[in-house]
Amino acid sequence: MRRAIPVLAATGGALALLANFHTRPAAPVASVAAVAPTTTTAPEPTSRSSASSAPSTTTTPSDTKVVDGPVASNDYGDVQVRVTLRGHQIIDVQALQLPHDRSRSASISNFSGPILRREALQAQSAQIDLVSGATYTSESYAESLQGALDKANR
Amino acid sequence: MTHDRRASGTRRAEEQWGTVIGVDVRDPVAREVLDEVYAWFARVDDLFSTWRDDSQISRLARREIDLRDAPEEIREVLERCDELTSESHGAFDIAFAADPRVAPRPGFGPIDPSGFIKGWALERAAAMLGAAGVANFAINAGGDVLTRGQPEPGRRWQIGVQHPFDRAAVAAVVVGTDLAVATSGRYERGDHIVDPRTGQPARDLASVTVVGDDLGRADAYATAALVLGDEGIDWLASRPGIEAMTIADDHTATFTSGFPREEHAA
Repeated sequence: MRRAIPVLAATGGALALLANFHTRPAAPVASVAAVAPTTTTAPEPTSRSSASSAPSTTTTPSDTKVVDGPVASNDYGDVQVRVTLRGHQIIDVQALQLPHDRSRSASISNFSGPILRREALQAQSAQIDLVSGATYTSESYAESLQGALDKANR
Repeated sequence: MTHDRRASGTRRAEEQWGTVIGVDVRDPVAREVLDEVYAWFARVDDLFSTWRDDSQISRLARREIDLRDAPEEIREVLERCDELTSESHGAFDIAFAADPRVAPRPGFGPIDPSGFIKGWALERAAAMLGAAGVANFAINAGGDVLTRGQPEPGRRWQIGVQHPFDRAAVAAVVVGTDLAVATSGRYERGDHIVDPRTGQPARDLASVTVVGDDLGRADAYATAALVLGDEGIDWLASRPGIEAMTIADDHTATFTSGFPREEHAA
């Protein structure tokens, strides 16, 4: 039987995805890993004045936790995401702030913003048959997602 | 490299073209049919490898053979590439080596159709499998993907698009039956895409994914859009039969309106 690839099943993958929203270049994954498990409750919404502001966490019923990441400024504007966790699993990711200067006409695109929340969920749960990407070498194939997929399906 | 026979089909992966080509057949298929497909991939390397001095394309570049004497595949590819150069207003141009490792030889024009060959060769491989009566299969050559039919009855192929900033994640999932999906990006082999119009490395975009009905065209378009940068998605949106997704260096993802991605119900 087919199964989900382990490398995609890890919450860490999605968290790493979120890490990329934070700064340019990407923030170290470790800094985000520290964000998720935090249970400190901060009633106020995170201020957007500082890129180093502490993440706020709201505990909601049924073991669901909402975490607002810090506001990160890059050359294009401010970015902030809100992550909803159930246990250690990400169940939703929303963009609270996006840079505005890169919006596209609706006739051309139906989405323009930081890489999607839905795809962050996908990475954990999707049944993926193949992976399209920039050409990997024979040597880097084993570390590629396609290589991992082939190994899992063998 | 591997040859695994499963109850539902056959999966094979072999090193070729400096990468790995995987063929995933979901119907019963004779081993000889797959042998022929991989023999075709080897022939493509004999014809088009810019890394080998003895390939036909290298001999052509050194004027050792004349275009009139070149194999039919060479002439077809060069004609198709000329059309693609015209369609992309010069952003895709095999007469300018997109890969700086392919050094122009003094006195000879560089010819590097590698931004088109993989996709073109996979389309031919798909035709070979189709002629052998195989209806449900997928081929992946180093990230260029072609699918036919279904992976299982009632389910469509799901193709993850490699996240450019996270090797362990996908940035989108493309869903469909008969698809050509090509991705061009700077994350695997560095800043190797050069704008033929300026000679400068491509900027703005980390990756471009093009979905269409012909993988050679999708392959070339992905390369061209990476060169076009911020204008790339607008150009792709103007091309008939093409859907596309770009991910910019600032981590912004942009999709054409008909991009066939999975809508995931959370």
